[in-house]
Amino acid sequence: MNKKMYVIFLLVLGLCLIVGCATNTSSNNGETIRVGLNYELSGSVATYGQGLTEGIELAVEEINNSGGVLGKQLELIKLDNKSEDTESANIATRLATRDNVVAILGAATSGNTKAAIPAAMANKIPIISGSATADDITMDSDGNIREYVFKTCFSDSYQGIVMAEFATNDLGIKKVAILADSTSDYAKGLSKSFKETFEKYGGKILIEEAYKSKDTDFKAVLTSIKSVNPDAIFIPGYYEEVGLIVRQARELGLDVPILGGDGYESPKFAEISGKEAANNVFYSNHYSPMDDSEEVVGFRERFKKKYNKEPNGFNALGYDLAYLLKDALERAEEANPEKLKKALESTKDFKGVTGTITIDENHNPIKSTTIIELKDGVPVFLKKLDPK
Amino acid sequence: MSIDKFNRHPTIEGDVIMAQFLQQLINGISLGSIYALLALGYTMVYGIIKLINFAHGDIYMVGAYIGYAVTKYLGLGFMPALLISMAACGVLGILIEKLAYKPLRNSSRISTLITAIAVSLFIEYTMMFFVKPDSRTFPKVLSNNKVDLLGGEVLLDIKNIYIILVTIVLMILLQYIVNKTKIGKAMRAVALDKDAAQLMGVDIDKTISFTFLIGSALAGAAGVLVGVYYNTINPLMGTTPGLKAFISAVLGGIGIIPGAVFGGFFLGMVETLVSAYGNSIFKDAVAFSILIIVLLVKPDGLLGKAVKEKV
Repeated sequence: MNKKMYVIFLLVLGLCLIVGCATNTSSNNGETIRVGLNYELSGSVATYGQGLTEGIELAVEEINNSGGVLGKQLELIKLDNKSEDTESANIATRLATRDNVVAILGAATSGNTKAAIPAAMANKIPIISGSATADDITMDSDGNIREYVFKTCFSDSYQGIVMAEFATNDLGIKKVAILADSTSDYAKGLSKSFKETFEKYGGKILIEEAYKSKDTDFKAVLTSIKSVNPDAIFIPGYYEEVGLIVRQARELGLDVPILGGDGYESPKFAEISGKEAANNVFYSNHYSPMDDSEEVVGFRERFKKKYNKEPNGFNALGYDLAYLLKDALERAEEANPEKLKKALESTKDFKGVTGTITIDENHNPIKSTTIIELKDGVPVFLKKLDPK
Repeated sequence: MSIDKFNRHPTIEGDVIMAQFLQQLINGISLGSIYALLALGYTMVYGIIKLINFAHGDIYMVGAYIGYAVTKYLGLGFMPALLISMAACGVLGILIEKLAYKPLRNSSRISTLITAIAVSLFIEYTMMFFVKPDSRTFPKVLSNNKVDLLGGEVLLDIKNIYIILVTIVLMILLQYIVNKTKIGKAMRAVALDKDAAQLMGVDIDKTISFTFLIGSALAGAAGVLVGVYYNTINPLMGTTPGLKAFISAVLGGIGIIPGAVFGGFFLGMVETLVSAYGNSIFKDAVAFSILIIVLLVKPDGLLGKAVKEKV
């Protein structure tokens, strides 16, 4: 028995040595600046991660072609978290400990970003998400700021407020049914702030229902929503399920407006719901291609040249994220996580394609929002709202 | 929840409540059909070799992908897709049985159970490798026509009709095969007592293969129906329905064919009615609670007969 234990001990020791060596060999040689990407390249929200990565890669290509940052080239270490939070946590640990990155970009969703935060905090590596909209990304539940966590997109509470104001003032809606994804932080945050604002304006929430991510049958719950006759349905969630919900709602003859957040921004939405069903759908988003500012026009041209398609909101967020990092690295004057963190904190009036970004004392950006309407599945720009 | 549940339908008349109930009934039966088709495969395999075939949900997923490939790349219609997918899944079922389960036929039950879980994961991730993990949208093979009942209050989709009809036809066919044909008799004999059946000249291997063929073909049919009905398919789509179908089979009494059908429809209706008249958050919780209660009160399932353990 003792001998057996000894052998196991030796094996474990050997394994530790091998892993230890691996760490040493892959450490930063100082010729490039390594940036970790932790994104949903496959799985249930794959189009978000793929979209962000495309934007980041375009920006990094441009940055490297024009001489890089601080005289060095940016090197991306791109890993797929499969849209799972455990995988996201693993990747963040790997990037922070083995790949010696200066910063981690990602993940796309709030849940996956939160999973990556502990690893980044423990290793003191800045983590920046361009699309994790939950309110408690940069702050913990006690209201303390997470020192190394930043985001460059608006918060869910803000999205909920914007959509409630839009529903009341622009669509004249008084009675709403809510159907929320009960398994996502994102959907919970959106429903809460939507409800508060909508009721403040005198609107009435008729019914609140829930579904789980990966559900496919929504007909029962939609039938009961139909029976209370709402003016509109607010469905905070992601495109895979919302696409199916919209399709099944229209099949049941439920033709009222459908409102939601940036989770609708995906080419897959209309593919899943069907073009005819993707009408009368409104959502808040980060970016609009209809914007005619110099930044947006140039970005669209270059994006179309590289990828041969129109950029969407996530492409734009990714593009801004990479340039924001470049901006901060230049101000940090050294590719050092600690200095980078300080530089990120003092970001002011950074001009990006998704708006002008100033990072506030809570590590959140102050920036504008757009509202998009789906017409036969095609996103159409409706209006732009400036921050308050 | 701040909504007052008692005031949910303050001004709605009886007709509308009735219409809503009918609509929910249609929703429940459609969902139940899928569970029933899948539960049949579980129950048949369990009946004959006492194995819970956890790979069953994944055969259903493969069936959906075959239906997708056939309609998308060969441009075939709904019926040919259904038949091709059933045939292919049947063959896949036989292959799995021959390669994975047959060599373990005389080992302990736990070994075959673990093998079944391994086969399930193997199919899921092999498919993921070839078809990529993203979900795909099923081509439109059925029209969007609807039948209005009660002056438009109740909508019966063509797809609902197809699901229910296909399920009923397949079940009648299965009932015929099991009760009226020679191979059906052999299946019942093997299920009852494998050794005695063998002594009477029943070819055990052939009979077990045939059982896998039929069970898997039904799963393939369910896969195509789900693809057409819900429009999206992905490599992990089999796990949840597979689990639900297993519960259906246990609810009705595992090993009993009418029990699986009953369990499937029962679970479909319960889930639908809970989201309709209770709260959609508790849909799954209620389904699983019912399972626990049934197992406590009637461990052999609702339609099961208590059989004394052979000594």
